[in-house]
Amino acid sequence: MSVQIWTFVFVILSFGLYIGIAIWSRAGSTSDFYVAGGGVPPLANGMATAADWMSAASFISMAGIISFIGRDGTFYLMGWTGGYVLLALLLAPYLRKFGKFTVPDFIGDRYYSKTARLIAVFCAISVSFVYVCGQMQGAGIVFSRFLEVDITTGVIIGMTIVFFYAVLGGMKGITYTQVAQYCVLIFAFMVPAIFISILMTGNPVPQLGFGSELTPEFGGGYLLDRLDGMSEELGFGVYTEGQRSTQDVFFITAALMFGTAGLPHVIIRFFTVPNVRDARRSAGFALIFIAILYTTAPAVAAFARTNLINTVDNIEYTEVPEWFTTWEATNLISFTDKNGDGRIQYVGDPEVNELDVNRDIMVLANPEIAGLPAWVIALVAAGGLAAALSTAAGLLLVISTAVSHDLMKRSFMPDISEQQELRYARMAIFVAVLIAGYFGINPPAYVAQVVAFAFGLAAASFFPAIVLGIFNKRMNKEGAIAGMIAGFSFTALYIIYFRFINPAADNAENWLFGISPEGIGTMGTLINLMVALTVARFADDPPEAVQNIVEDIRLPGEPDKTTSGTENPA
Amino acid sequence: MPENRAHEYWKSNIRIVLSLLAVWFFISFGCGILFVDALDTIRIGGFKLGFWIAQQGSIFVFVILIFVYIHLMDKLDDRYNVDDGGHAGDEEEI
Repeated sequence: MSVQIWTFVFVILSFGLYIGIAIWSRAGSTSDFYVAGGGVPPLANGMATAADWMSAASFISMAGIISFIGRDGTFYLMGWTGGYVLLALLLAPYLRKFGKFTVPDFIGDRYYSKTARLIAVFCAISVSFVYVCGQMQGAGIVFSRFLEVDITTGVIIGMTIVFFYAVLGGMKGITYTQVAQYCVLIFAFMVPAIFISILMTGNPVPQLGFGSELTPEFGGGYLLDRLDGMSEELGFGVYTEGQRSTQDVFFITAALMFGTAGLPHVIIRFFTVPNVRDARRSAGFALIFIAILYTTAPAVAAFARTNLINTVDNIEYTEVPEWFTTWEATNLISFTDKNGDGRIQYVGDPEVNELDVNRDIMVLANPEIAGLPAWVIALVAAGGLAAALSTAAGLLLVISTAVSHDLMKRSFMPDISEQQELRYARMAIFVAVLIAGYFGINPPAYVAQVVAFAFGLAAASFFPAIVLGIFNKRMNKEGAIAGMIAGFSFTALYIIYFRFINPAADNAENWLFGISPEGIGTMGTLINLMVALTVARFADDPPEAVQNIVEDIRLPGEPDKTTSGTENPA
Repeated sequence: MPENRAHEYWKSNIRIVLSLLAVWFFISFGCGILFVDALDTIRIGGFKLGFWIAQQGSIFVFVILIFVYIHLMDKLDDRYNVDDGGHAGDEEEI
């Protein structure tokens, strides 16, 4: 069977599974719709969190980017996993004990203020929207390459599927489809990685193959030594050495960690488990499931890079393998014969280099480059779609709950019934899917850069506000609001200035302390903290009832008599 | 729970969190970023140590840290008898 038939088989099977689960897990109440009724077992929540979290960027782009930037790619690997330590230790158990539906719920109640709630709604919606557009675009790329439909049709198919199970099942439907999507995506990522590891090093565990010797067909010697040698020889810089400044790597890593811990679609997953102990456990399970992919990704990056250089450097253009021609058709790889010798020169010097490779195809084309069987290649398509759709669904839910619950029920229309609220939630998802689909089809040119935006903004707004809300009983609404506004605006302005207003100045010489826009979220986090702590000293302490909420969320046990049923006093 | 016991519980909680975060910081920002070049002079098999910690080792440490936290907090919860239905005592192994 050809790759395309296999792809159809896998995609149709996996989509059938998602739809089946959606029908089985319809949501009947707002609690089902927002937090899956609070009854998700920790293991299932761990898998759902992993799928929720690992997006098209983790599945399709990350290994590819690492294979081009070598050791500097560390900030993705550590940043996107180390954030879970913060999430598990500083946020998840307390937010579960708090036991409401959304992140703005926490901000609004803890800071006894409608303004704080509305700021949180604004941050949650902007962060999630930025992110969801990238997912739709990722789904479009997979569809267009593997099923040879155009990107528009691809995005519409993806939208329809997400719409179906998100609207029917809300969080409940999303949770159980995410469990299935995790299984699909991890299988799809690991199978080619294991095959390639065996092929190149004889070791079936890619994590170990990464540090093993190459088989004689690949020239022997340790993989990383050989890769270092080849990259240096071609002028790309040594693979295992860094090119970026230490402080920049430090700040980017921290921004991604704080951002991970502050992303609303990840935080709300911890509202779905039965109790505090299960919230801690599911954070642990989530990181295990994520670590399986994240410890394999750097190995895949090194394998793919070695393989690419081996396969294309200095060969006759007329003798390129078949995959080269298929990917050329999508413009994701292109060859210009600058010196007219009919051979491909792939080198670091842009004047001489004749090959332009899009980073995104490293994972998608890797099985083809390694000459793996058709069904393995097709599997990658199903995995990429699972990664994109699972994250898109989680994000859309955040947007819809922010609208129906935080804006309507809690802020402007407190009298609506539960059934009406549920109807608004479904309508909000519908509108959000349409807008996300529009941006998937007509992507703003800067989607990849905008993702760094999402992390920086989440880091600079939510993370400090939530941590202070739990660990600093005296933090009041004045402090928190001032902190969020200062952190968010500083980060947004810095990124907008260097990325959109004056991109020509976007280099280390002009950056503040040598920190790139990707890493500025860390500075935003610090500014938020400092402003919040300073302003808080000049305003009154929070009311007694709010201080009792804080006492209460710090203890996993039964609620204290003083705090049960505390309603928003604002 | 009486106020002073709740206070003690919270202090032990903070101590656990801070010591685990110290390890978290040392491994990721310390070994993975600040001292990575120094550690790269040590080789284990095909890996330079600093590079390995930065790209793989730190992630394993993060997983271990969360499970140590789960274990310590379970013990603390049992000692202070704060159980919110998470089956105190019978999941010691996690």
